Amino acid sequence: MSPTPSSPAASSTAATPLHLAVALDGTGWHPASWREPVARPRDLFTAGYWADLVAEAERGLLDFVTIEDGLGLQSSRYGEPDGRTDQVRGRLDAVLIASRVAPLTRHIGLVPTVVTTHTEPFHLSKAIATLDYVSTGRAGLRAQITARPFEADHFGRRVIPPFEDHGSPAVTALLEEAADWIEVVRRLWDSWEDDAEIRDVATGRFVDRAKLHYIDFEGAHFSVKGPSITPRPPQGQPLVTALAHQSAPYRLVGRQADVGYVTPHDTGQARASVAEIRAEQERAGRADQPLHVFGDLTVFLDDDAAAAEDRRGRLDALAGEPYTGDARVFTGTATQLADLLQEFAETGLSGFRLRPAVAGHDLPAVTRALVPELQRRGVFRTAYRADTLRGNLGLDRPANRYAAV
Amino acid sequence: MSKPLKQIHLAAHFPGANNTTVWSDPAAGSHIEFSSFAHFARTAERAKFDFLFLAEGLRLREQGGRIYDLDVVGRPDTFTVLAALAAVTERLGLTGTINSTFNEPYEVARQFASLDHLSGGRSAWNVVTSWDAFTGENFRRGGFLPQEHRYSRAKEFLATVHELVDSWHGDEILADPDTGAFLRDAKAGSFVHTGQHFDIHGQFNVPRSPQGRPVIFQAGDSDEGREFAAAGADAIFSRYATLDAGQAFYTDVKNRLAKYGRRKDQLLILPAASFVLADTDAEAEDLAKQVRRQQVSGATALKHLEFVWNRDLSGYDPDGPLPDIDPDLGESHIARGRAQVRMYRDPLATAREWRELAAARGWSIRDLVIETGNRQNFVGSPRTVARTINEYVQADASDGFILVPHITPTGLDAFADTVVPLLQEQGVFRADYEGTTLRDHLGLAHPDTVPADRAAAS
Repeated sequence: MSPTPSSPAASSTAATPLHLAVALDGTGWHPASWREPVARPRDLFTAGYWADLVAEAERGLLDFVTIEDGLGLQSSRYGEPDGRTDQVRGRLDAVLIASRVAPLTRHIGLVPTVVTTHTEPFHLSKAIATLDYVSTGRAGLRAQITARPFEADHFGRRVIPPFEDHGSPAVTALLEEAADWIEVVRRLWDSWEDDAEIRDVATGRFVDRAKLHYIDFEGAHFSVKGPSITPRPPQGQPLVTALAHQSAPYRLVGRQADVGYVTPHDTGQARASVAEIRAEQERAGRADQPLHVFGDLTVFLDDDAAAAEDRRGRLDALAGEPYTGDARVFTGTATQLADLLQEFAETGLSGFRLRPAVAGHDLPAVTRALVPELQRRGVFRTAYRADTLRGNLGLDRPANRYAAV
Repeated sequence: MSKPLKQIHLAAHFPGANNTTVWSDPAAGSHIEFSSFAHFARTAERAKFDFLFLAEGLRLREQGGRIYDLDVVGRPDTFTVLAALAAVTERLGLTGTINSTFNEPYEVARQFASLDHLSGGRSAWNVVTSWDAFTGENFRRGGFLPQEHRYSRAKEFLATVHELVDSWHGDEILADPDTGAFLRDAKAGSFVHTGQHFDIHGQFNVPRSPQGRPVIFQAGDSDEGREFAAAGADAIFSRYATLDAGQAFYTDVKNRLAKYGRRKDQLLILPAASFVLADTDAEAEDLAKQVRRQQVSGATALKHLEFVWNRDLSGYDPDGPLPDIDPDLGESHIARGRAQVRMYRDPLATAREWRELAAARGWSIRDLVIETGNRQNFVGSPRTVARTINEYVQADASDGFILVPHITPTGLDAFADTVVPLLQEQGVFRADYEGTTLRDHLGLAHPDTVPADRAAAS
């Protein structure tokens, strides 16, 4: 049950440096965020909007940004379109946003959301490998299933039953499929050994084909032959991450992820989530591999707590209902948030993914107020230490599963 | 001159995973690192080219049951590279070859629409088709498509992508913080498509992009492929870069446009063309010979001969005579993942012809492969090459060329520095970009789908 000493979460204490990511989604996580004067809703579909947000996150020395995505129009109801016109609708492909900003940044990790349910693992494997090349070692992915019947209708290849709840057998089956999908993606990343390209003029051979590997994946849902068309990316294995709320997705995180995101509302829940993920990790036989568990929090951050409460109240009034989500909503100052993060860190969480309620307001508050506060406390970096995303997260470059030892 | 001079369109094909690309040259760099793509794209943009072009290959080629190891092998993901190139260029069009067999319309539509947004209106799609089960082994769908369905699927795929991107008209996003209306209409992006290959409905989730639709390229050469292009493509990536063959192809395809109600300037013919430049014509000819020998090593020559013989020829001496045994006419082919093996429809006749040719000229196997496979189109001094390209375009052998350098990533530099200024001096190639979108560069209209009543109301 307990992680081995090599696990980054193993020695999490108040003195252990924290890792910080931000989750980017449109103008922010509050559904009325687009109505704030700082929101720039008309720029949402431009490269400049995303470049500015990611540059701000990099200015705060954050480990990485995630970018939300989906294969249908956003909806406030999980299983069906909501027909609303008062919230942000429409989005750009997250992998392409990440790639578009990669050449404009140098250190920050780029972790787009990819949907496993309707997509080809072969295409996404090479896309994330390419993002890793384009960013010289800063790529990752957030794997997400979709159980939305209306998104399945966009593909017309399978029927997904009406959505019941996240614990239904249909969802569990999609998570099993996601595990296979990630397995294929990971094998394809290893399907070229690092030194496969030899350019041997004497024999006329460009590659050493003994170092290219068929992955020969055969699963319940699909089979993939390989090798990839894209050589092994700079990080070897780009970062695999997933959000998990309960047992079946905890299993996916335990089996396949480098970073899992959980949504505890108190430290007791945090401890339970971490314990369950560690148990799954051990069951999957990878207890000796590092696996970060990050806590997700939605944040309203201001210089004084009353201002944050007021802002939240104003947005809730505009939305017509109080904002609640899967993650705990924090409202207050950077000092208060730093206290909370340190308290949560004692439960075994090694970092946090903060969801800015209003991207144009709460992201700069994270980078310009929270980060300096954490730096004062000695729990956040004052400069990027590594050239790669894995490096900044304290993860080694993995050996290739196909390389002869 | 009664006819006004045509303006030439020029594009840059990133050196491909085939033996045109010379990797053994000391100047050859990475074909994977982004810095190579950035250098190549910036050179093309400095030269005011219309666009950059990326080819596709979704499975590593095999020959004799093993991965083919003599050419450049491997490539990055097309969409991901193009999106990153949008960050290091401002005007250059970004054309990606994307298969209609191993993708789904909803996903491809949102990728091209996203790329178009992220590049400010510079995306283009070279629609290719495939049916082979060999490539299909890499995909969850598998090699499911009967050969006769590849164009019907491609046509329906393209039409569906158009329906998806057209489901947003461009006036839906109000984002009015005062009224609280983000969308004008909750039904934005609604679509229903019912057809032989796709039965899908719902709402598309990428709002109208700057170009409305990506510019559409087509590359097929069959009668069916030409009709497909005439019916709806904006440009053809053709392989006829010589004067006579180019003119024949040009005339044939342009004459097919009328029956679809299209004008001749609504479909551009842009052949792929390689080039070798040197200070003088004589030096260029010498250099071209060297390049051909770099492109076809002895080992490569034997492998290319196997395309026709369809049997293992590894025991033969590439510097010796052609095999006197006949090709194997069996069903399965020794080379997999290659389109060109289908060019040899009568291997026995080709083998006989090549033996006679080699005997008459005193050619070895390697000599024969070099001479019959020569794809060097423009060889000469910058002045000669500029004059030839202009002559071809003015003579309606093409509307321009997609240039294929043989060195990655610097193979375009000399062309940009020496040939382009001469074309600009002659007034047949732009001195600077006049518009911002690829449609602007190619002289194509914006596919404005806002109906008149909607336009009047807004």
